Amino acid sequence: MLLQTIAFYLFAAVLVASAVMVIAGRNPVHSVLFLILAFFNAAGLFVLLGAEFLAMILVIVYVGAVAVLFLFVVMMLDVDFAELKRGTLQYIPVSLVVGGVLLAELIFAGAAWRLSPAASHALASANPAHLTNTEALGRILYTDYVYYFQIAGLVLLVAMIGAIVLTLRTRPGVRRQSIRAQVRRYASDTLVVVDVKPGQGA
Amino acid sequence: MSALSADLITLLPELVLAVAAMALLMLGAFRGERSAALATWLAVVVLAVVGYLLLATGPPKATAFGGAFVIDGFARFSGILVLLGSVLGLLMSHRYLEDLRIARFEYPVLILLATLGMLLMVSATSFIALYMGFELQSLALYVLAAFHRDSQRSTEAGLKYFVLGALSSGMMLYGISLIYGFTGTTGFGEVASVIKATGTGVGVIFGLVFLIAGLAFKVSAVPFHMWTPDVYEGAPTPITALFSMAPKAAAMALFLRAILTTFPSATPQWQQIVWVVSVLSMFLGAFAAIGQTNIKRFMAYSSIANMGYVLIGLAAGTAQGVQGALIYMLIYIVTNAGAFGVILAMRRGGVMAEEISDLSGLARSRPGMAFVFAAMMFSLAGIPPLAGFFSKFYVFLAAINAHLYVLAVLGVLASVIGAYYYLRIVKIMYFDEPAPAFDEELTLSLNTVLVGSSLFTVLFIFAAAPLVALAGAAAKTLVP
Repeated sequence: MLLQTIAFYLFAAVLVASAVMVIAGRNPVHSVLFLILAFFNAAGLFVLLGAEFLAMILVIVYVGAVAVLFLFVVMMLDVDFAELKRGTLQYIPVSLVVGGVLLAELIFAGAAWRLSPAASHALASANPAHLTNTEALGRILYTDYVYYFQIAGLVLLVAMIGAIVLTLRTRPGVRRQSIRAQVRRYASDTLVVVDVKPGQGA
Repeated sequence: MSALSADLITLLPELVLAVAAMALLMLGAFRGERSAALATWLAVVVLAVVGYLLLATGPPKATAFGGAFVIDGFARFSGILVLLGSVLGLLMSHRYLEDLRIARFEYPVLILLATLGMLLMVSATSFIALYMGFELQSLALYVLAAFHRDSQRSTEAGLKYFVLGALSSGMMLYGISLIYGFTGTTGFGEVASVIKATGTGVGVIFGLVFLIAGLAFKVSAVPFHMWTPDVYEGAPTPITALFSMAPKAAAMALFLRAILTTFPSATPQWQQIVWVVSVLSMFLGAFAAIGQTNIKRFMAYSSIANMGYVLIGLAAGTAQGVQGALIYMLIYIVTNAGAFGVILAMRRGGVMAEEISDLSGLARSRPGMAFVFAAMMFSLAGIPPLAGFFSKFYVFLAAINAHLYVLAVLGVLASVIGAYYYLRIVKIMYFDEPAPAFDEELTLSLNTVLVGSSLFTVLFIFAAAPLVALAGAAAKTLVP
C-alpha cells in the first residue's frame, strides 16, 4: 500500500511538473518532450488505478502517434513559437477566471447528477469478474460487438474508395519508375565498352 | 454448431454481398478502367444471387449477434425491394456513364456496398445496428452523388447531401443517445419493454422526436426534404434514379421497424408527429411540383409527396398499414424505374435533355416512349386500373380502419392535386407541338427496364392478390 502511495505521488508530481514545463519551456522541442513525459506519467497513474488498457492506449496513441507527429511538425515547420507565446503570462488572470467558472459549473452539474434507475443494470455488466479490463474490452469489441466492428470496417472501406474516386486523377505525361523495366535492363543494352588506345582518346 | 457460425449462417446473404463487393474491387484494381462494364454485369449477378439466398435460405425468423440483426418476413420483403431497386438502377446506368466518361469500376462496387448497408438497415433491431447500416449506405451514396466529379452540379449535390446527411445523422444519434440514456439499452425489443414498464418519460419522447427527425430526413419527408430537389437535380441521372428507389425502400422499412417495434407503448406520441409529417409531405410535394420545369426536380417533389402517402401506412400503426406501405414501396420502385428510364432516354445528339418542355409532342416522334411515360404518370396519379391506384388504395384503407379519417381525406385531396401535375406531363407529351426528336437508339438493358416496368404497372391488377398477400404476411411478422 505504501509503495502504491509513493508511486502515486511520484507519478503525480512528475506529471504536474512536466505539464508546467510544457507551457513554460522556451524551446518548443523541449515542450514536446515534456509533453511525452507527462503522457508517460499519466499512463503510470492509470496503471495504479487498474486501468491498464487506458494506460497502453495512452502510450501507444498519444506518445506513439500524436506526440511524435507533433514533434515532427515542430521540427519541420518554421513556426516561431517564442513569438506565439509572447504575452501568454498576461492572460493568466483571464484564463483563471474562465477556468474557475467552468469548474464551478462542473461542480453544480455533478451535484445534481443522478443515474437513471434503468441504466444501472447496464453498468453492472461492464467489467466481469476474473478478467483484466483489456480482456473484457476485447471481448466486448471483438466478440459481443463483432458485427458492429465489421460494419465499421466496411464504412471505412467505403470512405477509402470514396476518397480515391473523388480525388485521384491520372495525369498524362507523368514519368514513373518502372521497376520491371529497370530490372530487365542489361548492361549490354546501354553500355558500350570502347577500347581506346593510349593517345587516341580526346 | 457454435453461436458464431449460427450467426454467420443467418447473415449469409449479407456476407456474400460484402465479399463480392470486395472481390469486384480487387478485379477493378487489377484490371483497371476496362473492367467497368464487366463489373456492372457481375454486380447485377451478385445482387440476383443475394436475392435468391435471402429468399431461399435460412429459417423463417432468426436473430443474430445478440439481437442486433434479424431476418424475418418483413426483412425479406424489404430486402427484395432494396435489391430490386439496386438492380434496376444498375441496369439503367451503364450507357449513360460511358457517355459522360465516368464509367468506372468503383460505381458498381459502391452500389453493392450501399445495398449492403440497406440490407443491414432493413434487418436492424438495435439502435447501433440501425446507425451503422445507415452510415454505410449514406457514405456510399454521398460519393455516388458526387460521382461526376468534373461537373459542378454533381459535386455540389454530393457536398450538400453530405453536409445535410451528416447533420441529420447527428440529430438521429442525439435522439438515440437520449433513448439509451433513459432506458439503459439499445435493442429495439429491450427499449420497448423498458418503456412499457416505466412509461414514456419526457426524455424518451425527446429522443423519439430527434430519431424521427433523422429518419424523416433519410426518407425526405417534409420538413426535412430541402436536400431532395437539389441532390436529385445535380446528381447524374442514373444515380438520381437509384436514390429514388433503393435507399427510400430501405429507409422506409427501417422507419417502420424502428418506430413500430420500439415504441408501441408510445403510439399516441409518435402518431401525431408522423401524421403531421405525412400531411405536410403530401401537400408540399403536390404544390411545389406544379411549378417545376426540370424533370428531375419534378421527380424529386413527386418522391416527397409519395413518401407522405407511405407515412400514412406508418401513422395507421397496424399490420394493415405496414402492408399498405410495403405494397406502396414496391409499386413506387417499379413506377420510378419506368419514369427514370424514359428520362434517361431523353437524349438529343448524345446530350441529356432535362426540361419538361423537351417532352412536348413526344407521342408523335416516339409513341412507345410516350406511352410508357404516360402509363407511369397515370400510375403515380393513382388512376385505376394501373398499379398506382392500388398503392394508394391500401394505405388509405389502412388509415380508415385505424380511424384516421382526416388523414385519409387529406391524402385523397393531395392526390387530386398531384393528379393535376402528373396529367399535365401527359398533356404536354400528347397535345403540344413536337420538340425536336430524341436520339433513336436505346440499350437493351434500358429497353428491358422500360418494358418490364410498364408491363408491371399495367398488368398489376392481375398479380395484385398474391403480391398483396405476400406483403400482408411480411407485415404480420412486424406487427402481429
